[in-house]
Amino acid sequence: MEAEREPLISIRDLKVHFPATGGSLFGRARRTVKAVDGVTLDIYPGETLGLVGESGCGKSTLGRAILRLTEPTSGEVLFRGQDLAHLSNSDMRAQRRYLQIIFQDPYASLNPRMTVSQIIGEPIDTFRLARGSEKRRRVQDLMETVGLSARFLKRYPHEFSGGQRQRIGIARALAVQPDFIVADEPISALDVSIQAQIMNLLDRLRREQALTYLFISHDLRAIRHVSDRVAVMYLGKIVELAPAKNIYAQPLMPYTKALISAVPVADPKVELTRRRVVLEGDVPSPMNPPRGCRFHTRCPYAIDDCREVEPQLVQIKPNHFAACIRISPEQPDIDRVAAGDAPGLRLKA
Amino acid sequence: MSRNSSTNGTLLEVKDLRTYFATEDGVVKAVDGVSFELKRGETLGIVGESGSGKSVANLSLIRLIPEPPGKIVSGEILFGGRDVLKLSPQAVRDIRGKQIAMIFQDPMTSLNPFMRISKQLMEVTQTHLGHSKGQARAHAIKMLELVGIPDARERADNYPHEFSGGMRQRVMIAMALSCRPELLIADEPTTALDVTIQAQILELIKRLKAETGASVILITHDLGVVAGMTDHVIVMYAGKVFEQAPTAELFARPGNPYTRGLLRSVPDPLAEQGSLYQIPGLPPDLARLPPGCPFAPRCERAEDVCRNEFPPFVQLTPEHHSLCHFANEVYAESKGES
Repeated sequence: MEAEREPLISIRDLKVHFPATGGSLFGRARRTVKAVDGVTLDIYPGETLGLVGESGCGKSTLGRAILRLTEPTSGEVLFRGQDLAHLSNSDMRAQRRYLQIIFQDPYASLNPRMTVSQIIGEPIDTFRLARGSEKRRRVQDLMETVGLSARFLKRYPHEFSGGQRQRIGIARALAVQPDFIVADEPISALDVSIQAQIMNLLDRLRREQALTYLFISHDLRAIRHVSDRVAVMYLGKIVELAPAKNIYAQPLMPYTKALISAVPVADPKVELTRRRVVLEGDVPSPMNPPRGCRFHTRCPYAIDDCREVEPQLVQIKPNHFAACIRISPEQPDIDRVAAGDAPGLRLKA
Repeated sequence: MSRNSSTNGTLLEVKDLRTYFATEDGVVKAVDGVSFELKRGETLGIVGESGSGKSVANLSLIRLIPEPPGKIVSGEILFGGRDVLKLSPQAVRDIRGKQIAMIFQDPMTSLNPFMRISKQLMEVTQTHLGHSKGQARAHAIKMLELVGIPDARERADNYPHEFSGGMRQRVMIAMALSCRPELLIADEPTTALDVTIQAQILELIKRLKAETGASVILITHDLGVVAGMTDHVIVMYAGKVFEQAPTAELFARPGNPYTRGLLRSVPDPLAEQGSLYQIPGLPPDLARLPPGCPFAPRCERAEDVCRNEFPPFVQLTPEHHSLCHFANEVYAESKGES
């Protein structure tokens, strides 16, 4: 489907490792948290790529590392023929015009001492995109675009509700007419009725302004709704990647199966009859991720090989990738694979 | 689940509960006329967005409203036949934690960070059941095992920060169920948790409810959680009960435009993608409610009467009520669609 198109952003083996001090007060052991540990991903123009995973899986760090808001440890982020991960700070600043972010917390991400007009106008000044009456007109247009009355221009963030603040954050991101926006949990802090408004707004803006999104969320219902393709992340790695429809209808990898079956559905009839894969235990610490497949400690399908072999993200079905040695293109359904068999291991040969 | 009242006695009956707060902007009617009945062994879901009054309603039930600025201005809360609002503070404290237990959204703020988990659990039964230290410790470990804490005996002496969010919520549940309460109030118990952990905790509450026969009030903003967990649902908006019905009925045939809007604005992960319905506008400022229906400014079918007159609480079936001038019409539409 995407084969002939050029990606807007190509992420190649991106790693973000943080130093962490552990051990006792006296004998400090140097350890690293491998928040993002070798992610390769293409994001195509005009699409919304949903990035989903539980807290601590590294999804926000990945989003921030693409924009260099967190420094990558290694790997490449290709955008318009340049590797963002290795640009000088001043060259990177110039690229920020095209790459924007919307944050989760609309309360913490807006400067409380600036008026809405100053907040939205700031990036316009930074990149010298407009001045004077032209700038004022732009700010007003942006307000209207995101559904806020231009009457509010002189107000401060605290005078707005959460949903309205998120609209201000979106207007600020749009002010520089970017190509790519990382939306990091943009609806998580909002009420249900407001979430729908913001999702619809983001979707409309994407179509009208030819935007490309990386939409990061732990909310699988929202991800399903907004995304064209979905990437599932677990302990720093992408474990499944597919068109949204396919990944929800036929998840391949056991973690994705469990995630999707855990989503509550607002229909008592469905809830009564659903078979739920309830996972045991918690997500292991990224400081000390399990060997082999990182999911094996919680995986109901794990066999001995899973504890040893690190699975690669391979294409199991057309455009549907999964990292699990217990499945293969010939045997994509893990429930039908013979006990103890790992058809994925035979692929490499 | 049986809804036969002859076999299932009423545990809790709330009549016309009103809790108001004095604020700089005037009186905020956070809860304004909530009534319901909860039978033994049943689960009631209370759904609403922030500011709907769902949490205040439940804090009122166990008299945990800070006073001032809050005040329960009217109502009856009959728990096992006694009116909680007329009891002495000591009598309320005895009920709280023993017969009625609560779990909150954020277990980190509800657990004492400086006290070992075991000690916090032991305090509950030492206070309420008169357990000796030894008894209390044995019971604490048994409860931790019951809620699925691995190596409970060793981990009991950990501090809360040594537990993950899901484990802390399990500890809260263990603590809440320590005295075998008759009623468990769970206020957004899984909102701070990841979806796989949420599934674990909800399964746990279901299982323990079945084992102990406790009634549960589950407060949440998540209609999906309500669908899978409850027998009855109350939908609150602006301090009022907007709709009240058995769960299956409410989801199949909502009789209120707000409920309908909420149901349509949740993306269904199993359905095809399409444009998502959105309720326009913002939740109201409780200090400045419009004269008519509080939802009228956001309601797509509002007419003049909605903007001018407060709506009636219409009975649609003996168990299904809706606060709307057009409740019968909305209900008929929903019936036609289901």
